[in-house]
Amino acid sequence: MSPTFATRMRKATRAVTALATAAIMALGLAACGPQAEVPSDSSSSASGTTSNAQARTLDEIKSSGVLKVAVFSDKAPFGYVDDQGNYAGYDVVFAERLAKDLGVKPEYTSVDPAARVDVLTSNKVDVVLANFTVTDDRKEKVDFADPYMKVSLGVVSPDGAEITDVSQLDGKTLIVAKGTTAETYFEKNYPNITLQKYDQYADAYNALLDGRGDAFSTDNTEVLAWAKSNKGFTVGITKLGDAQTIAPAVQKGNTELLDFINSEIKQLGTENFFHDDYKQTLEPVYGDDVSPDDIVVEGGVVD
Amino acid sequence: MSGVELLMQPSVMPRLLSGLWVTVWIAAVSVAGSIPVGLVTGWLMTRRNVVVRFLMRLYLDFIRIMPQLALLFIAFYGFARLWNWNLDATGACVLVFILWGGAELGDLVRAALQSIPASQYDSAYVLGFNTWQTYTRLIIPLALRRMLPASVNLATRIVKTTSLAVLLGVVEVVKVGQQIIDVYRFRCPDGALWIYGAIFLMYFFICWPLSLLARHLERKWSHD
Repeated sequence: MSPTFATRMRKATRAVTALATAAIMALGLAACGPQAEVPSDSSSSASGTTSNAQARTLDEIKSSGVLKVAVFSDKAPFGYVDDQGNYAGYDVVFAERLAKDLGVKPEYTSVDPAARVDVLTSNKVDVVLANFTVTDDRKEKVDFADPYMKVSLGVVSPDGAEITDVSQLDGKTLIVAKGTTAETYFEKNYPNITLQKYDQYADAYNALLDGRGDAFSTDNTEVLAWAKSNKGFTVGITKLGDAQTIAPAVQKGNTELLDFINSEIKQLGTENFFHDDYKQTLEPVYGDDVSPDDIVVEGGVVD
Repeated sequence: MSGVELLMQPSVMPRLLSGLWVTVWIAAVSVAGSIPVGLVTGWLMTRRNVVVRFLMRLYLDFIRIMPQLALLFIAFYGFARLWNWNLDATGACVLVFILWGGAELGDLVRAALQSIPASQYDSAYVLGFNTWQTYTRLIIPLALRRMLPASVNLATRIVKTTSLAVLLGVVEVVKVGQQIIDVYRFRCPDGALWIYGAIFLMYFFICWPLSLLARHLERKWSHD
């Protein structure tokens, strides 16, 4: 009779619901699980698979009147927001020029280091100019133009317990920022060093100031600038790993925009644009300690 | 420069407040959008139809089980890559928060409707009320006072969860704070504590009145 039918229906509904719930959970697990082990770059979706988000063509950019650029908004002096609330920094000066020569206005999107690949694969921006270090891993997911800067890693530590050689870090805690070259470098080459990871440079510096880690490593330019204005801390290792280049990145396969940026970089080399950029944005921070030629790459050619 | 001086800089407070406006805007639009979605969802949840109930259950459980952050990433990056449906960061946030708020509010509506004893419907029928009158004069006012405190609580949760928007690149109050901390990191090394402290107070003064309202309503309605 009907009660048995109703009971059976209710049981069936419950079973289906439970199954569906389990399936969703499994999907959820599959989606978030593996990413936890991937060192960097892939914060959300599985980067590197083909994407349906097609990059904009040069014509589309020109007719829209804006070039969408991903920059850092809290990494002075490369990409930051100044007292007045305007974007500024070494990367931003280049972005302004790039947009101007395209005949459009730049529109900035603020990114965290770990989001730089995803904003390109999902076509949120046309180009990333966020101190993006060229690595083999990243080359598989995005296309890099010619470099406009070079950098190696530096390690900053307190004066009392200065780290002058990587071997001193064995078994100690090193602070790094998520999604940076330092994170990948130490994970690959020094598995004995415990890494303590932060999303923001500001948080990483606070961790170092509080003594939560023995040292902090990121690009040498950044730690040199920081140590200069923080008494009691020294950059014990100024050059670690191979010198790496920093370049603009576009979506994989977007050769049209890539070619434009490359010819633009060559053109700018003839007017020493990046040296001017250095003088305007980086020199006030680094002072005379650093020679501009150690950092600036002109015309896309690393010597 | 001390932390207090940092907060007194002419540009710092206006910028934090403009960031706060983005936070409040996302939260307000999300809460406003959640209300109709939640009412419809809650009403559908009380239906007898097996298919409708199954779909509603699936919707609620899916939203509840997935962390909001995962939903945000799916809406922002996932949709663009799968279907070239490119939401901007604010749009993705509002969409996710409305779906989330709608599901949670729907469950509150369902619980409130089901908690009204059948005798109330019977009494209305005896008194000659038609269905429309039964709902507008009796069931909805009763259900409303049962669910309002929990709904206000849900609103404060939405306000706080908007801070996840920063991970999609929305420049809201937390991000503005990080930008200010970074620009002053050489001049004011302990700025982080003061800026985050100011942000804490800003969230507090948005959520506190809501919390007071919830407590007031609970007290006012518990005795009649």
